Order: sequence, then structure tokens, then C-alpha cells
Amino acid sequence: MLRMLMERLRRGAHTQPFPTAVVEFPDRFRGRPLFVPTRCADGCRSCAERAPTPLIAFGTGGPPVLDLGACLFSPEEAAACPNGAILYTTDYRMASRSRDGLVTPSGEVELVRALDRATRRLFGRSLRLRSLVAGSCGGCEAELTALGNVVFDMARFGVQFVASPRHADGIVITGTVNPNMRTALEKTYEAVPDPRLVIAVGACAIGGGPFRGSPEAGAGVPAGLPVDLYIPGCPPHPLTVLDGLLRLLGRIEDGSRGRRGERSVSA
Amino acid sequence: MTGLARLATTGLRNRRTIPWPAVPRLPVEEFRRTVIEAAAEDWRLVSLFGMPDGDRETRLVAVLADDRQGELGALSAAVPDRYPALTPECPAAHVFEREIAEQCGVVPDGHPWLKPLRRHPPDHLPPGRPAPPHDREAYPFFRIAGDELHEVAVGPVHAGVIEPGHFRFHAHGENVVHLEIMLGYQHRGVERLLETEDAGRAILVAESIAGDTVIAHAEAWCGALEALGRVHKSPRAQAVRGCALELERLANHIGDLGAISGDIAYAPAAAVFGRLRGECLNLLMTVSGNRYGRGLVRPGGAAFDVPAEMALEMRGRLIGLKAEFDRAADDFFENDSVQGRLEGTGVVSAAACRDLGFVGPAARACGVARDVRSDHPWGIFRFAHIPTATAQAGDVAARAVVRRLEVVRSLEFLIEQLPALPRGPARAAPPAGLAPDELAVALVEGWRGEIAHIVITDAARGIRRWKVKDPSFHNWSALAAAMPGNAISDFPLCNKSFNLSYAGHDL
Repeated sequence: MLRMLMERLRRGAHTQPFPTAVVEFPDRFRGRPLFVPTRCADGCRSCAERAPTPLIAFGTGGPPVLDLGACLFSPEEAAACPNGAILYTTDYRMASRSRDGLVTPSGEVELVRALDRATRRLFGRSLRLRSLVAGSCGGCEAELTALGNVVFDMARFGVQFVASPRHADGIVITGTVNPNMRTALEKTYEAVPDPRLVIAVGACAIGGGPFRGSPEAGAGVPAGLPVDLYIPGCPPHPLTVLDGLLRLLGRIEDGSRGRRGERSVSA
Repeated sequence: MTGLARLATTGLRNRRTIPWPAVPRLPVEEFRRTVIEAAAEDWRLVSLFGMPDGDRETRLVAVLADDRQGELGALSAAVPDRYPALTPECPAAHVFEREIAEQCGVVPDGHPWLKPLRRHPPDHLPPGRPAPPHDREAYPFFRIAGDELHEVAVGPVHAGVIEPGHFRFHAHGENVVHLEIMLGYQHRGVERLLETEDAGRAILVAESIAGDTVIAHAEAWCGALEALGRVHKSPRAQAVRGCALELERLANHIGDLGAISGDIAYAPAAAVFGRLRGECLNLLMTVSGNRYGRGLVRPGGAAFDVPAEMALEMRGRLIGLKAEFDRAADDFFENDSVQGRLEGTGVVSAAACRDLGFVGPAARACGVARDVRSDHPWGIFRFAHIPTATAQAGDVAARAVVRRLEVVRSLEFLIEQLPALPRGPARAAPPAGLAPDELAVALVEGWRGEIAHIVITDAARGIRRWKVKDPSFHNWSALAAAMPGNAISDFPLCNKSFNLSYAGHDL
């Protein structure tokens, strides 16, 4: 016991100074994708043909659009362009208030606007969330669990997962919403008192993810359920989730990436 | 030649293919007798599954392993819509036969526990067999009646951030008399996707079978494809993939020790182990760009190489991690009140392990020393031997001890391998095509235990059947076996001590 206490004193705190410090991700980190139009060859549609997901779509004539909600963040989705016009940045900020907000010509996503003032007064400093896992692989849940560890410590922002929908301010949905979990999702949503939020985390919850098209998988959160926040990823990095949540609650200013002069930390 | 003799001479090994016609096709009675006899002797049932055979029949395929000899064997039999079950005489077949019933619309007559497994309509039905009626909600729970007994239902939605599953307890006061586990809530149709999607999409599905087991499932998926495509990986490719597998093992075992600490309310250890788990994930992110190693394991080798500078930097981080882990583990395992909770809780016997075919650390914690890296080594594990970690008591404490031993051994392996990665390319060309009419078996020791990807190709070089077995498929039964006799309040602890995958079981 004493040894453990001495160890704690010696080691100090490990909580990452987020969002005050700038977070540096490793070079190979596949964050938000970016489309570089100057490298896109006229008439070439290699990306749409070769990519294993519908990350890239061509409308009627005109440039392609990137759909972050369909992105699995695999190397092959970027490598589908032979000219390097699609690449991954190390930007971890990708959450959006709307599904359409994830579909853009460049891959740049409008940073999450905070909830209205009344809702912020309710949830801004205390957000209790219910996790609803509906036909997932378990990856997104692992990252949501990591948010509770000493490094990410979402509890310091007043965000916690609770054991009952009755105690919750909103639900976090992961997984494709498959037939076997459809009813459980509906019952859980109905059991959360108003006002309530719905947050879709991960490619599966947004559009079916890798399981898109399987008769035993869903296509993500059903159309009838109003979603307040979409967090793309496969799985999203804990900071992508945290960044989205904090912006939703108005706890991060628009566009800020840390105060000038503040140190940077690695992810 | 007897069935048993033919089983022993099929020439099948981990990552080696055999012609599909060379798999003996026996009359079902002989198939049944042979598998039962084999399982009673030196063989272990790796998989028993079905696939459509012509218009009206289901071909049952059994893949068995002789762990001592490092050999595999395969047998098959064609059956109509029913056949005499193996389970009454070979209990290890129990979940496999429930799966065959569900996937293929076949009734294994005499199965003592024939219930839906993943609760979906048949998806491997022969075209000429009418689909049996299907009700997703129908599940007959085992009931015990009694004034002093109460029935407790938990799930599918659980208290914490955890995958869905249903647990039905019968308890006498605090004491659990019976536990039945009903899964299928995470079923997404993985096998049909692997059978029908092109390789570019299928690898992304394989990486998503169980999100905490990306490397091991990708390794098995690629292993099967590489065997069928006659692709030889360079020593460097094998080393990088082996290192990734051990990093995955580290992250999960350390995480599990943290979760066990959390469930007994020992917060300091939960905090340290949780943080160290993140550092292992960050090492995978350094190499592959993703905390779970997605994008790394690809047919032909590793899609990302580990240059010398990166290898040395990673080694430095691992050395620091080992020192911290050793201190935290000493503190945890020497703490009396911690051990008081862990010892004697959730006991599984070695006999149950052998009878029901448990694998991985859960089996090793009962003294059943099975480990694919030793028994059917592949890649770098043919050259760098990691000693098998075992404990004896079969309780939560033993499962924690096995994890600790495996963490230390995997750390030592990585610290040794990283500065000594063999020269050469990290990736060879992927297979140009697959050999026709062959059976391939790729076994991997995932961190929960044995993973099997079993593939049969057809005459047109397409995929006829892609069978996936996650270690959780066997081991959920270990949790059900461990709970009776324990307090219901020890359920979270027992559950964490196995930490099984719902998604891996449900596919």
C-alpha cells in the first residue's frame, strides 16, 4: 500500500492537457482525409473504381466529394488514387452536427457548433451518456472506454457513462444497428428522458461501416432517430470523440487548437 | 484404412493446403465414430462446420489438431437435413453443431442443448432445401423452479460500455446455481461477406471481426489467402507481423489486468494498467497509423515497415513500459486483499477444459498447455520460441497470473526482436489468384486463444466456404461453467477474468 502511494507521488499526474495543449500525432496516423484537386487527373475515376468503400463519389459532372461517414480510414482508400490526390492528414478533429456535414469536396469538415444556450446550461458541465452497442466489432467501445482512463479522463469535463437510460442525458450509438439489436435501441431511446441527445460514433453507426450491404447488419442509426453529433472513424481516436463532445458542449472555442505558446504533447 | 488412420495422413498443417478431393468423404456414421474416437485420443476439435454440397445436401467438415505432433487432419460427410449428433459423445462439438443447425438448416439429432446460437436465418442452405421457419425472438431458456430460487436477467444492453449479450442466472440467495448465456446480438454476417466480397473489402471485414483482435484475425485471413496463393513472406515480413501480434497481446492482457483491478475496486492498479494499455496501442499506432493496427497486416506481409530508427525508439518505450509494468504487477499480485478476491473465484477444471475444448489463457490457467505459437508455429514463431505460460488453479487469480506471464514474455520477445529485424522487404506481391479445389487452414494464437480461418476454394478459383472460428466461440462456455457456486456479485469479476468477445463469437 505504502509502495503504491510512493509510486503515485513519484509518477505524478498523467492526464493529457487537452484541449489546452496541441496534440501531436505520429506521422502515419490516419486522421481526416483531404482531397488535393491539383493532383486529380481529368476524367480519371480510379478512386471511385478501386476504393474498397464509397469514400469518394462523383456527382453529375464536377469534382468528387469525400464522405467521411463512409470512410474506414484504411490506407487503401487513399491509395485508390494513383496520383496522390487523396491523403490522410493528422488532424483528429472530424465530428459534425449533421450527416451532410461529413460530405465535402475537400474533406474539410465544419467544426462542431455548440448546442443552443438552453441545452448547454443543462448539459454543459454534466453530461451523462448511455452506451448502446448495436452490431459492432467492439473497437469503438474500446475507444469509448479509453476515454475514462487517466490519460483522457473525460470525467474532468463532467462527461460520464451511466448504467441506465433513466439516468442519461443521451445515448451514444456504436455498431450498424443490426436486426438483433434494433428493438433494444428503440427501447433504450424511449427510456431516456427529454431533453436527450443522440451521438453516432464510428463508421458503422453512421453508415454500416465494413458490414455495409450485409442482410444481417444495419446501415447505421435508423432514419427516424434524430442525431445531434456524428463522429467518424474506424474506430475514432479517443481525442476525435472528446473533441466532438467538448465542442458540442461549448467547452472548446471555434477553431482553437490550443493557446499560443502552450506546449504540445504527443497523442 | 480406418477413418482415424486416414485423418492422420491427410498431410494438413497450419498454413499448408491440401486438395479438397483428398479430404476423405465418409458415410456419416463412420465420420461420426472417427471424430468421436479422435477427440477421445490425441486429437482436438478445431472446427466442425457445414457447407452446401450440391443441391440438397450439407457437407459436414471436421478439422482436428494433434497438438503434440503439430499436425492437422480433415474429414467430411454429406448429410441431408438431419444427422446423428456428435455432442453426446464429444461434448467439444456442442457449439459447432448448434452453429451447423443454424447456418445450414440441419438438425443434429440427439443434441442435448439444441438452441439458436446467433439467432439468424440460415445463410449456408443448399439451394434445394426449403428454409425452415425462423423466429429471431424464440429462445427456450433453461428454467429451474423453486420457492427459494430467483431468476435474474441481464442484458443485452449492459451497465457499462460493453458489447451486448444476455445472461440468465438462477440464484439461491447470492449463490449462482446456473448461468445461461445467450448471444447473437453482435451478428453482422461476417462469413457471407468474406465469401462474397472482393479481397480489397474482405480484409477490412476480417480486421473488423473483433475490434480488439485486428492483427490476429487479419493474420489468419492473410495466412489462408497466402497459402492458397502460394505467396511466401520474407523473414522480415514474418517478424513485423509477429511483433504486431505480440503488441496486440500486450495491449489486451495489460488492459484486462486493469479491468480486473477496476472490478475489485483497486483503483491505483486500474489506473496504471489502463495507461500502460494505451501505450501499447500507441506503439501500434506508430507503426500502422491506427491504435489497433488496422491497415498493417496485408496479403504478402506488412503494409508498413519498421525502419531501424523507429524500431529502436519503440524498443526504448517498451523497456520503460516493462519497468512500470513489473512494479505495478508486483504491487497487484502481492496485495492480500486483491488476492483474497481473486483466489478461488470462478474456478474452471482442467477436465472441463479438455471436454469442452477451451483455448487460450483460460485453458492455460487450468494447466492445459495449448498455444498455437508452440503447437502449430507459423512465421517468426518457428524461430523465436515464446515459452507457454501456465498456472494450475483455474480461478480468476490463475487467469490473471497467466496474463502477467504472457505480458512479460511478449515484452521480452519484442525487446529482442525489434533491433534485430531481418533484412529484406516487408511485403511481397499479394496472391495473383487462388489454387482451385483446395482446403486451407490458418491458425493463429490470438490473445484470447486459437483463431482459425478455414477456406475451401472451388474449381473456378473462387471462395466456396470461408469458416471463421474466434476463441470466444469455445470459451463463452467456460464462463458459464465457472459461475455456479460463486456469488452473483462476483459475476463482473469472473466475466472480466475471461474477457470474451461478443463480436468474435457472433460474427
